Amino acid sequence: MAQPTIKEVLLNPIVHNNPIGLQILGVCSALAVTSNLKTALVMAIALTLVTGCSNLFISMVRHQIPSSIRMIVQMVIIASLVIVVDQILRAYAFSLAKQLSVFVGLIITNCIVMGRAEAFAMANPPVLSFFDGIGNGLGYSAMLIILGVIRELFGAGKLLGFEIIPVVNDGGWYVPNGLLLLPPSAFFLIGLIIWGLRSWKTEQAEAPSYKMAPQVQNKEAY
Amino acid sequence: MEHYLSLFVKAVFVENMALAFFLGMCTFIAISKKVETAIGLGVAVVVVQTITVPANNLLFTYLLKEGALAWAGLPEVDLSFLGLLSYIGVIAAIVQILEMLLDKYVPSLYNALGVFLPLITVNCAIMAGSLFMVERDYNFSESVVYGLGSGFSWALAIAVLAGVREKLKYSDVPAGLQGLGITFITIGLMSLGFMSFSGVQL
Repeated sequence: MAQPTIKEVLLNPIVHNNPIGLQILGVCSALAVTSNLKTALVMAIALTLVTGCSNLFISMVRHQIPSSIRMIVQMVIIASLVIVVDQILRAYAFSLAKQLSVFVGLIITNCIVMGRAEAFAMANPPVLSFFDGIGNGLGYSAMLIILGVIRELFGAGKLLGFEIIPVVNDGGWYVPNGLLLLPPSAFFLIGLIIWGLRSWKTEQAEAPSYKMAPQVQNKEAY
Repeated sequence: MEHYLSLFVKAVFVENMALAFFLGMCTFIAISKKVETAIGLGVAVVVVQTITVPANNLLFTYLLKEGALAWAGLPEVDLSFLGLLSYIGVIAAIVQILEMLLDKYVPSLYNALGVFLPLITVNCAIMAGSLFMVERDYNFSESVVYGLGSGFSWALAIAVLAGVREKLKYSDVPAGLQGLGITFITIGLMSLGFMSFSGVQL
C-alpha cells in the first residue's frame, strides 16, 4: 500500500470520507452541542486537538504497546488528553464548560478518537498520524459548524450571540423557527446534509437492502 | 419509594439517553438493523449500566470527592480531576470482568451477548451515566435506580428503532437518502415523539 501523503490525510476526511457523514463516527456530540455556534466551535476545536494529539502519542508508542492491552493504553492516553482540555475549559471559560456539561468528558468515548487511533495511528508514523487526526477532526468540525450556523441563525436569528436577522419579538420581521433549537432538528439536518452529500458524491450512496421485484406480466391488467 | 419510582420513570422517558440526550448514537445506528440483535445489545447495556453507575458512585464518594480521603488522614485532598480517567478505567475493567464471568458460568448468555460486550466500553451512554450521576450528586441508592433506568431507556430506544428499521427496508427511499440518511430522519421523528414526555412533572 502506498503511503498516503499529508495533504491526502488532511483533506480527504472533510468531504470524501467525512467521519459523521460516511463513517457514522462521533454522532452523539454533534447533535447535543450544536444548538448554538459558540458551543459547537469550542467542541470542534477541542475534539480536533484531542484527536490530533492522541494519534501523535499513540503512534509514537505503537511499537511498545502489546496488542492484548492496546485498548486500555489508548484509553489512558485519550483520557489524559481530555482531562487537560476539561481543566483548561474550567479554568478559562467556566460558563462555557457548564454549558457543555458532560460532553467534554464524552470526547473520551467519542468513536472518532478511538477509531482513528485504532485504524490509523497504530499502523503509521507519528507526523502522518497527527495530520490524519487533525484532518478527521476538521471533517467533524465542518459538520458541527454547518449545523451550528443553521440552527442558531434560523432558530434564534443570531450568530455567536450577535443579531443577524431581526426577529419579530424585538420588532424585526423574522419569525424564528423554534424547532431548530430543539434537539430533534439536528437529526433532520444531518439526514438532509447526508442526502445532499450523497447526491453530489453518488459513490457514497448505500445499496438498498431490499429491492421490489420487477413486474413481469404487465399485460395482466387488461 | 415514590422518589425512586419517579427517578426511574424520569430516567426512562423524560431523560431518555438515546432520544433526549443523543448518547451512544454510534452503536445505536450501527447495531439497529435487526430487532433480535438490538434487544441483545440493549440487555447488555442495562446490565453494565446498572453495575457501573453505582460502582463509580462509590469510587467518587470514597476516593475522589473533595475531602473524601478524610478516612485516610488526608482531609484536604481533592482528586476529582482524575474522575474521567477513573470512570473509564472502571467501565473497561467491569466489562472485562463481566465478559470473563459470563464465559465461565453462563456460557449461553455469553454467546448471546458476547460480541456486544466489548462494544459497550466505548458506548457513550455508559460513560454519560456516570458523569450525570456525579453532576447531579446522586447518593448510592439513587445511583442504582438511575443506572437501571438510564440503561433501560437506551435499550427501549434501540429496540423501537430496530422495529421501525426492519419495516423501513421494504420502502422505496430516494437513492441518496438510503440507509444512513433515512435512519437519521427516523430517529429525529422518534425523538420528536419522546419530547412530548418532557412536559411530565415528577
